[in-house]
Amino acid sequence: MGRKKGKLFGILVMCVVSGLFLVQTAFSAESKKPYKIGAIFDISGKASALGTPEKQTAEMVVEQVNKAGGINGHPLELVFYDTASDTQKAIESVNKLVKKDKVLAIIGPSTSGESMAIIETIQNNEIPNISCAARIEITDPPKKWVFKTPQTDRQAMAKILGYMKKQGIKKIAFMSVEGGFGSGGLVQVDSLSPEFGIEVVAREKFSEDDTNMTTQLTKIRGTDAQALIVWCTDKGSAKVAANIRQLGMTIPIFMSHGIASMKFIEQAKEAAEGIIFPAGRLLVFDSLPDTDPQKKVLAKYAADFKAKYNTTADTFGGHAWDALNIVIRAIEKAGDDINRIRDEIEKTKNFVGIGGVFNFSEKDHHGLGPESLVMIKIVNGKWTYLE
Amino acid sequence: MIKRVWKVIEQFHFLLFCLLVLSLPLILRRFEAGDYYLSVLVLAGISSIVVIGLNLLMGYAGQISLGHAAFFGLGAYSSGIITIRYGLSPWLGFALSIGLNAVVAYILAEPILKLKGHYLAMATLGLGMIFSTLFSNLAITGGSEGLSVAKLSILGYALNSRELKEVNYYYFTWSITLLLMHLALNLVNSRVGRALRAIHASEVAAHSIGVDIAKFKTQVFVISAVYAGVAGSIFAHYSTFLCPPDFGLTQSIRLLTMGVIGGMSSIWGAVLGAAILTMLPQLLDVFAEYDILVYGLVLILAIIFMPQGMSQKISLGWEKLTGQRSQGS
Amino acid sequence: MKFADQLLQYLINGITNGGIYALIALGFTIIYKSTDIINFAQGEFVMLGAVFMSTLYNRAHLSLPVSFGLSVLAVAAVGILMEVLMIHPLRDGSVISQIMATIGASILFRGSVMLIWGRNDLFVPFFSCGQPYRFFSAIFDRQYVWILVIALISMGVLHLFYEKTTHGKAMTACSANKKASMLVGINVQTMVILSFGLSAALGAVAGGVLAPFGMKYDSGVTFGLKGFCAAIVGGLGNNVGAMVGGFVLGVVEELGAGLISSNYKNALSFCILLAVLLIRPQGILFIRSGERV
Repeated sequence: MGRKKGKLFGILVMCVVSGLFLVQTAFSAESKKPYKIGAIFDISGKASALGTPEKQTAEMVVEQVNKAGGINGHPLELVFYDTASDTQKAIESVNKLVKKDKVLAIIGPSTSGESMAIIETIQNNEIPNISCAARIEITDPPKKWVFKTPQTDRQAMAKILGYMKKQGIKKIAFMSVEGGFGSGGLVQVDSLSPEFGIEVVAREKFSEDDTNMTTQLTKIRGTDAQALIVWCTDKGSAKVAANIRQLGMTIPIFMSHGIASMKFIEQAKEAAEGIIFPAGRLLVFDSLPDTDPQKKVLAKYAADFKAKYNTTADTFGGHAWDALNIVIRAIEKAGDDINRIRDEIEKTKNFVGIGGVFNFSEKDHHGLGPESLVMIKIVNGKWTYLE
Repeated sequence: MIKRVWKVIEQFHFLLFCLLVLSLPLILRRFEAGDYYLSVLVLAGISSIVVIGLNLLMGYAGQISLGHAAFFGLGAYSSGIITIRYGLSPWLGFALSIGLNAVVAYILAEPILKLKGHYLAMATLGLGMIFSTLFSNLAITGGSEGLSVAKLSILGYALNSRELKEVNYYYFTWSITLLLMHLALNLVNSRVGRALRAIHASEVAAHSIGVDIAKFKTQVFVISAVYAGVAGSIFAHYSTFLCPPDFGLTQSIRLLTMGVIGGMSSIWGAVLGAAILTMLPQLLDVFAEYDILVYGLVLILAIIFMPQGMSQKISLGWEKLTGQRSQGS
Repeated sequence: MKFADQLLQYLINGITNGGIYALIALGFTIIYKSTDIINFAQGEFVMLGAVFMSTLYNRAHLSLPVSFGLSVLAVAAVGILMEVLMIHPLRDGSVISQIMATIGASILFRGSVMLIWGRNDLFVPFFSCGQPYRFFSAIFDRQYVWILVIALISMGVLHLFYEKTTHGKAMTACSANKKASMLVGINVQTMVILSFGLSAALGAVAGGVLAPFGMKYDSGVTFGLKGFCAAIVGGLGNNVGAMVGGFVLGVVEELGAGLISSNYKNALSFCILLAVLLIRPQGILFIRSGERV
């Protein structure tokens, strides 16, 4: 049969393609000298508002380190892959970074969903990973090779509920986005609200791709909720905020630390007015007293970032700053011994970062306490310090 | 003399291919990034299995499926749920994956396959979307959070070990791929294969010579679903994490494209298309921005200029080169 | 908020969404009638309409109506180009080839937009400023009114086109019987091109009125899918059916999401699609007999 014979040619074609493939990677031979750190962020997908400043910050830090002579003389090299918030791509990127690029550690990913997805792969490959995502389950229970820098969603939720309790709010509605981050929020609000004497009277879900969420909001309007918490990152939250305005809803709106970037205010415009959310001190650093241990670090980061990228720095870039610097300090002490790098990361104490002051230990791989968060209200398109 | 060589190659070409596949890791492992190449080939093998089934359905039997990722997902989640939620053996997962896919396909076949052309395409698309939504919302699948999957071990030998994971999975996957390829090739050259081609050419004519159309169409639909299920199970254990977007419309279209590019009426074409379309995005990594654009272009150009797929062109090329013509299949 | 009020809100949302679905369903139907092809890139026409309008308004600083009109014309041109370059060469090909070609076109459009315009949402201002309207206690944005009005006007114009103009009548003839049309001197190829152009234009109209809500390169996919669910529900090959299908789908979807669960909102459309395909493939409004499925 002609087709059967033709298959041998098919094999030849496959060999040619494979050959091209091999050539492409074989010639990107790495020398022993540079220290390579892998970074996986989303710069093109749903979480691009998170990943873009993360990548920019990482590149800025690498540039600064190399200008100062590298790590013990070794140049620092960042190997970056864009995951577009695709969990399979995240897993593939981890495999690539370990097997093809031979990195010493991996920072990122940007989202909770991806971070949860890669845990197995990270543990299997025995490579240190410092995630830039919020869900508490990423490091609780602690996994040997996985760390994270953002405050946990549990801490953020507790902050919101604490504030609500002080305001005398007893009944709330909760809207979350599909995906790891949203589900995490739902878990936390159900778990924590009884402790604050607050009842969740409505739970609605939405997808970031939906054109409008008026259906879910209409349902919420039908309940006796006194406040609404929306748990999503900037894009989805902005849409919900706009819908809330359209429907003329007047109850106070709270959101997660996922909206801690100017992108949210840019997208939501007037609908952002009055929204309250918890975040790290970076957003309001100029309101801080000079005695605050973080102020110097925050001010420098904000200034450097603005100078280089002409954009206001936000907490997401901060998470990457923290992650990368922690890894760099570990490499300074441990060289290119991956196991020792991991140990050094775990030994980090009193590291003054953007998110807060970090203290890792064998049991604690998220490093920050609830005092690292402050409550912020958006007034006239700007972040103002509440408490 | 050369003609003799070609003849021998032709006779044993499948065996030669097996040899090539099985010896590839030995060569690749000599490279620094050898494990990485193997990982790509593992994914190519998994996709090949699904596309072989798809080609049987579309190329040979002339049906359409725009939702095949649903079966892939069904198999993957079966394995995942059995091992994680119920803590049972992965082999039970494989069994469930095969069984469940067969049953579901059997039930759906009767009403769905009565439709033709665009209507059939729409129906399979709709099915795929419904499964996709189910994967995202049912608690048992972990919803949009995703589902972790347990590691696989054969007779106590753990496949997911750190050093040897890629090699282990390569051999595991491709053994199954080669086996299923062989089965498919046999099927195609058997009574069933001829019946399928008759149905593809003309249902009326086939019916008139006594071919039980409904039975064959159902059989091939079930087979293609089972193939996808097996691939899904392998994928579940290899990837260790399942997430609904991987089993949606984009994946169905990807599988379809592999079939089209390789050649839908060809089992070898299935493997070819799967391999090319798995390796190409890795090559295109340099042009990460452009990959979706290139994808669409490749698809359209392939449809217009190579409607029978690459395997057809290659086979014509082979005929010209070796001067051999063989009897039709 | 009382239950009756909630119901009213769902109805209003549903009818508005329905208007959009109706426009997109019409697009599918027009192409199907003249070529027997389901155009998977229909949703992309919607997206392109919004993207072009946004660029014309924000970059070229043209007024809203002018941006709207020009964008519709531009997308119509894209539709015609698509037919000439990608569909025409395959007119004798298999169904699978044709389907894959339109899928390829859809991917191509998305990729091009992503490359040129980036991955962020693009906007135009809402057509009229002011507080949302209240109807009893249901609240809806002013843009909803625009959507409905423009949708209805488009359908009216289309109807007039088919009934009163020569070209329109020629297209109707073509879809009824190609060979006979050729016999009386109708240029079938011109009709096909025209149908693509019209269909793309309708998509762009939908895109234009949706533009204030924000659109990006992959926003068209969901619209396309819902649109052809609507087309099938109403009866593929039937203009009035497409419109009815659109409104029916819109309302049922909203009611389902509101009363049962918002999680399964999308699945609902596809369940309806499957139900129709399996039980009454001709759709709700199918009147004349046609190809037996």
